[in-house]
Amino acid sequence: MTRTGSPLGRRVLLGVLGVVVLAAVWELYKALGPATGVMIGDLTVLPRTSDLAMPHVWDMVARLFRPVRSAGDDEMMWQAVLEASFFSLGVAAVGWLVGVGVGMLLAILMQRFRTAESALLPWIVLSQTVPLIAIAPLVKRWGSQIEIGEFSWENWMSVALIASYLAFFPVSIGALRGLESPDVNHVELMRTYSVGWWATLIRLRLPASVPYLLPALRLAAANAVIGTVVAEVSIGLRGGIGRMIVEYAAAAGGDPAKPWAPIFGAVVVGLLAAGVVALIGLALTRYRRGETPA
Amino acid sequence: MSTEPAASGQTVAQGQPVASARPAAVSVAGVGKVFASRKGTDVTALEAVDLTIAPGEFVSLIGPSGCGKSTLLRLIADLDTPTSGSIEVFGKTARQARIDQAYGIAFQQAGLLPWRTVRANIELPLELHKVGKADRAARSSELLALVGLSDFADKYPDQLSGGMQQRVAIARSLAESPGLLLMDEPFGALDEMTRERMQTELVRICAETGAAVVFVTHSIPEAVFLSNRVVVMSPRPGRIRDIIAVDLGRAEGRDEGLREADGFFEAVVAVRESLHGESAGAPAARGVDIR
Repeated sequence: MTRTGSPLGRRVLLGVLGVVVLAAVWELYKALGPATGVMIGDLTVLPRTSDLAMPHVWDMVARLFRPVRSAGDDEMMWQAVLEASFFSLGVAAVGWLVGVGVGMLLAILMQRFRTAESALLPWIVLSQTVPLIAIAPLVKRWGSQIEIGEFSWENWMSVALIASYLAFFPVSIGALRGLESPDVNHVELMRTYSVGWWATLIRLRLPASVPYLLPALRLAAANAVIGTVVAEVSIGLRGGIGRMIVEYAAAAGGDPAKPWAPIFGAVVVGLLAAGVVALIGLALTRYRRGETPA
Repeated sequence: MSTEPAASGQTVAQGQPVASARPAAVSVAGVGKVFASRKGTDVTALEAVDLTIAPGEFVSLIGPSGCGKSTLLRLIADLDTPTSGSIEVFGKTARQARIDQAYGIAFQQAGLLPWRTVRANIELPLELHKVGKADRAARSSELLALVGLSDFADKYPDQLSGGMQQRVAIARSLAESPGLLLMDEPFGALDEMTRERMQTELVRICAETGAAVVFVTHSIPEAVFLSNRVVVMSPRPGRIRDIIAVDLGRAEGRDEGLREADGFFEAVVAVRESLHGESAGAPAARGVDIR
């Protein structure tokens, strides 16, 4: 990994700079843009610049440090958002793990049996065209019928399942490409060692798939977070960021900065998820030598 | 080479297996290979190939592209199966020989696993065959010394030059002390300087290990420099045109000076004429006597 030669400090600085630039552009447009927004024909392409549509950056930040309900003595907004963020992150993590597991299994199955690839791959691609809104209520209804002894299906599991439904896709595709990436040379070498498919998988195919797997894991993490937030809304699970966004949007009229707080929370969840995947990538550096661009 | 290099080389050159208790390293009898293509036009890659290689003997396969020399090597390695005829390696079927790890193999690409250090790459076959950790380390140290890469044990393949990578691949192919080495243009991707150095080193390594070698190459000087016998092949269908015995003396005597010796040139000419079929009607020179 010679290309990431820049020191950590510089990269952090660039990250902060990006946020500052974004805030500056926001405020600049708010100050200079037309109050009615930019229109092309009847289509609004840029939002109105009113305080209602685009609160000042400092208002949105300040809102985080006031109680949830302006009047009451509730907990601070940032505390509530953080709690909801961690709740959603936990659900997304479960969904991600299940999705990665299922995706890997599918990829290994497809690599092992050519017929499995022709039979499964079209369905895997097709599965992603089903709109989330359509399956969420179904999953909830099916789930509620599951009761095995002490175990009973809970709503958060439905959300995690939907998150995994979005997460498994990039993993199965990326892992399949990765598992099939070793040269004929390497595969034949394993054959001359007369070792079986399993040893070839462990010693050759899995390590070789890492450069393809990491971008897939990152995509899966993003998908799991989005899936969690959306599914929280459509299933009606309380406690997470998704529900909070919907609830606070209702308050936008009197407190325009309020709905932005859970949106920041969603960003934090996304960053944390990406960070975890980056850590996994660091742990696997050895397998990324001579990395192929994926 | 073996203890009686000249004797074994000549006996086999006349087509008679060595009369000894030891079975031939490789025995190819009436082997043909037809690749069936989808359009129904079958391609005959090899036809009626007979070849016997004695233990410790160095044999090169040379010929133009498409003459089936790599196919023949792959058949011996049991990476493909012949359509007709039989192949034995140390008296066993090719398949059994592969399962028993009777041979080591090196390809044109070094084929090292990029996520393994040089040492771990050399230890790969040992690891796959459940050799203990201490034994593995001892063996890989030995091999690293043999190919002169002891200082590079903990480097990764991408930190090595092409020639060094190829030396690691050779060390890996020797890991389980096979009696037979199969090499498919292992120096094909190297520059001329590195190539000649590697050839000198290979001669030394073979002398030290006593392994028989089947060596596929495009280069006439390379084949002559390395071999006890050069097998010249012709294409469409692939068959053996000539087997030319080269007697350039024992391995210890093969150094850079040899490349400029008269015997070397004579053998090169003999192989070239056979290869190009230039001997105008007369059968190509067989068993060129150098001395």
